Amino acid sequence: MFEVIGERINTSRKNVQTAVADRNSAYIQDDVKKQLDAGSNYIDVNAGARIGHEDEDMKWLLDTIQPISTVPLCLDSPDPVILEMAFKMVEKTPMINSISLEKKRFEAMIPFLKGKNCKIIGLCMDDAGMPSSSEDIIARAEKLVKELENIGSNQDSIYLDPLVQPISTDSEKGTTVLNAVRSIKNKFPKVHITGGLSNISYGLPQRKIINRTFVALMMEAGMDSAIIDPLDSAIMATIKTADMLLGNDNFCGNYLKGVRAGAILS
Amino acid sequence: MTDFNEIKETLVGCDEPKLVQLVNDALEQKIPAVDILNKGLIAGMDIVGEKMENEEMFIPEVLMAAQAMSSCVKVLKPLLSDDDSAGGGTVVIGTVKGDLHDIGKNLVGMMIESGGMTVHNLGVDVSPQQFVEQAQEKNANIICLSALLTTTMPMMKQTIDAVAESGLRDKVKIMVGGAPVTQAFADKIGADGFAADAGSAVKAAKAFIL
Repeated sequence: MFEVIGERINTSRKNVQTAVADRNSAYIQDDVKKQLDAGSNYIDVNAGARIGHEDEDMKWLLDTIQPISTVPLCLDSPDPVILEMAFKMVEKTPMINSISLEKKRFEAMIPFLKGKNCKIIGLCMDDAGMPSSSEDIIARAEKLVKELENIGSNQDSIYLDPLVQPISTDSEKGTTVLNAVRSIKNKFPKVHITGGLSNISYGLPQRKIINRTFVALMMEAGMDSAIIDPLDSAIMATIKTADMLLGNDNFCGNYLKGVRAGAILS
Repeated sequence: MTDFNEIKETLVGCDEPKLVQLVNDALEQKIPAVDILNKGLIAGMDIVGEKMENEEMFIPEVLMAAQAMSSCVKVLKPLLSDDDSAGGGTVVIGTVKGDLHDIGKNLVGMMIESGGMTVHNLGVDVSPQQFVEQAQEKNANIICLSALLTTTMPMMKQTIDAVAESGLRDKVKIMVGGAPVTQAFADKIGADGFAADAGSAVKAAKAFIL
């Protein structure tokens, strides 16, 4: 099943930041409810944008969201101290967003992750920066899987983000990621592929058609999760439709349900 | 050729072979290389920057135009004196420490270079100390800082503070940019300029030099 990580509760979004600063729990709960109704499998929570307030903001957000969330949360911070605090607060096994191979981040995250039963997003990034080729992405993916297995994570808990980059800067950026995802899924069939998609369309007009087309291609290559805005009904409809076309929807049940609910339009 | 409209239009149209031909034609007509560069190519890139700012041209087209320009500069370079090419000011640009994003930063660097300035691209994960040293060594007029993460934005302030401590602050202008960066943030940390895209960045940089 394709898993949607709803990305909206992020204090770098202006309305969310205002709501968090004002401790406006009705706004946050309403937004979360909409994301749940739209089919989110995880709700991402990022409290990083109000510098110096991450600890209190994260606590308040978790207190606000947890009573109404029917799905697990995706705890989004580079700081293991914040994550440790957040991890203790959540009831359902969370997803952690994220670890990477950047030395400092990696070394800070490993002790936090060790022995914890949680899902973990691994960014295919190291101290050399963004990956520049398919081989780069694959090598980093292999390293992440190996390191996470070493501390007891099973492959089914690992969600790799191959780091989509703007096709406006290099016409090969789409195929670079698609080929890498195919190869990673070949080597590690149980590992999940996730990530943001909208980077692909940066610098081009009419971005949403690019994002939608790309998610379908990525799903064929093996992507089975994405960090997106679930209130973008067109991309959600594309995901449901592609999932059906890829053989993941028995008797086209979810597709038909989506159509009847008015969520999928031609 | 009394004006450089055809060169400018061809550059905006991203037609590299035709542009190189036009530059060679102009040289044959004894038009000074420095004029072809300044009044033709750089003036053309100004239009490209403006069109980018107005969303009439997009990144792939800007890259094509810059590539076409760069081919022409190769033709002109042997004919330019040091004075001709050093008039535009010197910029050091980099992504701040802890941040590895480089696409936007490279685009800004390329556009500023196409605008006739000398650009030293320091890469990513550049420490405040490296910015200070390089600005001193290159005798920079402008330092451009990029950050793409809310977690690395505070490093912009640390870099500006390091420039102030080094005694360089009066000699350089500091510009900041990157997806999460705003004019309000730029003001708060004491930057001299902010640009939302590469087109407006080159405009802002030129305004500091003139």
